[in-house]
Amino acid sequence: MMEVNKFVLAVITTNPKKVPSGAAVFHCEDKKEMEVIATNLEAILDGIAHLLTEEMYVIVRH
Amino acid sequence: MNEYIYPVVLGVLTGTLTRIYMLRTDYRQYPTYLHGKIIHIALGFIAAGLGSVAIPSIMEEDFTAITFLTVAASQFREVRNMERNTLTELDSYEMVPRGRTYIEGIAIAFESRNYLVMFTSLITTLFYLLFNLWVALIAAAISVVLSKAMMSGGKLSDIVEIKPVKPHFDGAGLYVDNIYIMNIGLPERQEEVLKYGMGFILIPKNFNVNTTIANLGQRQAILHDVSTALGVVTDSGAPALVPLAKRDLDDGRVGVFILPQEKTVEKAIKVIGQVPTLENAIKMPKEMHVPK
Repeated sequence: MMEVNKFVLAVITTNPKKVPSGAAVFHCEDKKEMEVIATNLEAILDGIAHLLTEEMYVIVRH
Repeated sequence: MNEYIYPVVLGVLTGTLTRIYMLRTDYRQYPTYLHGKIIHIALGFIAAGLGSVAIPSIMEEDFTAITFLTVAASQFREVRNMERNTLTELDSYEMVPRGRTYIEGIAIAFESRNYLVMFTSLITTLFYLLFNLWVALIAAAISVVLSKAMMSGGKLSDIVEIKPVKPHFDGAGLYVDNIYIMNIGLPERQEEVLKYGMGFILIPKNFNVNTTIANLGQRQAILHDVSTALGVVTDSGAPALVPLAKRDLDDGRVGVFILPQEKTVEKAIKVIGQVPTLENAIKMPKEMHVPK
């Protein structure tokens, strides 16, 4: 049996149109703000900030 | 006092000394402390005792006494369980875990070392009784050397070529040579990774090796040993800083990404080369007879 051991903990984006449902989403004004929030969330949530596209970070716990 | 006292004492002595000799704090980093060592010396003493009384009991035509050896066997299987349980418990608190395969390898080693001790004691007592003290001592020396030879397995440097490569980023993807390691999004994390990280490519020397180094347990053992020997730049709250080993699907090369505190290429290559090839990771596809 496979165990689910990867979770998307949060999504940080500057593009409100491309927001997934079912995850905590943080809207940001610009890239700089997005990076700051991603850095903090990475530390808080013990996850890794992955860059999906230029306008979206996801925090994933492995 | 009877005629067996001296042979048995000599057997027990050489057996116990063999155990002490084999109980070095080596690359396995275990046992590192006094209590762990005492347990193993005590068990070695018991093994030596069982080994040395076997021959006198045969000479007395007391053949049922040999069945005691089966007690020994189950006793030492218990040693293996004990080691496995302890190390598995502790593994979750390691910065870079050993991994199950490595632990199993260590546990097997502990069991088999006790059998080697029994073998040494048995041989020593046998030769003392058949010949004399001096022959027994020579036989003991030879069996210690044999035990030593049987104890040490292969090393990674025998089966792979190790090439240092500087890790680099392609977008958010971290690569060692052309092998993808992981996605690291934040620019500051990327800088850290490039600052502390080192990359190595393991090139298998033949096809059998391909499967061995692909084994996840073997790869974890490499990361664990390197992190133990050279330190590791990471902490519990920094999951992005993690040593990883990934495989090139085309040719079976393995890309190793590490974050050592001591950034010396030559030393790292030596350490990786010294990593034992785990018994449980070795596969021999060439030995399998597949019809052509």
